[in-house]
Amino acid sequence: MSTADAAAHVTVESLRLSAELAGSDSRAPSADVAAYALRLGDDALILSQQLGAWISRAPEIEEDVALGNIALDLLGHARALLRYAGSWDGRTEDDLAYFRDEAEFRSCWLVEQPNGGFAQTIARQFVAATFMVELYARLRTSTDATLAAIAEKAAKEVDYHRDHAVQWVLRLAGGTAKSRRRMLRALNDVWPYVDELFRDDALIDRLDGTAVRPSELRDGFDTVVSTVLGEAGVPVPDVHPSAAGGRNGEHSVWLSGILAEMQVLARRHPGARW
Amino acid sequence: MTAPAAIGRRTAPGEPCSEPRADRARKVAARIVDPEIPVLTIDDLGILRTVEVDGDCVRVDITPTYSGCPAIDAIRDDLVLALTAAGYAEVDVRLVLSPAWSTDWISEKGRRALTAYGIAPPTGRRAASGPIPLRLSVRCPRCGSLDTRELSRFGSTACKALYSCGACQEPFDHFKAF
Repeated sequence: MSTADAAAHVTVESLRLSAELAGSDSRAPSADVAAYALRLGDDALILSQQLGAWISRAPEIEEDVALGNIALDLLGHARALLRYAGSWDGRTEDDLAYFRDEAEFRSCWLVEQPNGGFAQTIARQFVAATFMVELYARLRTSTDATLAAIAEKAAKEVDYHRDHAVQWVLRLAGGTAKSRRRMLRALNDVWPYVDELFRDDALIDRLDGTAVRPSELRDGFDTVVSTVLGEAGVPVPDVHPSAAGGRNGEHSVWLSGILAEMQVLARRHPGARW
Repeated sequence: MTAPAAIGRRTAPGEPCSEPRADRARKVAARIVDPEIPVLTIDDLGILRTVEVDGDCVRVDITPTYSGCPAIDAIRDDLVLALTAAGYAEVDVRLVLSPAWSTDWISEKGRRALTAYGIAPPTGRRAASGPIPLRLSVRCPRCGSLDTRELSRFGSTACKALYSCGACQEPFDHFKAF
């Protein structure tokens, strides 16, 4: 119910906010669909939080803006996905973002890896965006109308994110000896976390047709990686995969620090607003 | 605002809305501008979907340009204010994601307004999508030259890229084809 007093002041709390989902019916998801949306939402949220740290610290102002915009897109995906996940048990997107502890997060280890130098962030972006392009392209045909609608929107955006990362991989690898060395090292540093993205598990098995089967995205990912790294004259890293277990709530050492910074204000001052 | 419909007969809840009432509500909604690009109404931008009236309740469906676009909250508030002022007791603004907005939905009037405002409108579809995309030239909104180059894919808002003109040397925003 929206209300407006004589001076036509409208407060946001009084607005009846829509479920903010697909055009069709916005039924609450099942426990499994909510768990799946939580995974995707957590990946987007943590990556967004990480990229936000570059604003005012990027190598040039255009990159401040670029990484800030990419973070904003990812935050948009996270909000839609977490809102949908939370509609299963009545939690809001803020409940899920600010009031869950580390073990309740389902993000993958890739997005938890530190920003490092610029090349490290670009290597992480290259892997994450290439994965997300494959993921959302398939999720558009999900039998779940809400996931399909979120994916349709996200698919176009992550395509831009991948272009951005590809351009920087090419530029850094083809730049000076130093930039090339840093790019190569950064790719090697993030590559142990690639495998986790493509692992299937029982949840995925139960959501056949609704969730995207991660293992089926690997070929598309590998094709893009070999094309881009081939163009850059860089070998595809050959490293042992990490035993990452983010989908079970077992996280890398980095997540607790990220959450501490992201959640401190909301937890110290519950209900704070401006 | 003169609003004969608002002081006229009240439709009973559940009764289907009459066409003129929906038209009137749509006219009110269509006047709201994008706070980031104030020369563009949400109708010209193509993010105003449906406007339905039921009694003195109105439901407006809008769609975001980009998932994280912060302007959408301001637009939602503006719609509630304008429609409340126009006499609707209840205003329900819904954000719909599907079908996803595309720059193809910007009207011709909107494109002309963008150019006049100094923002190069989207230039057709991207020539290729793949790992290494090709793009069409963008015309400088100030001098009309095609001798322009992209400074950054990401501009002052999510929907714009930053360009520079080789002929008049001016930087300008380009509304990305999306």
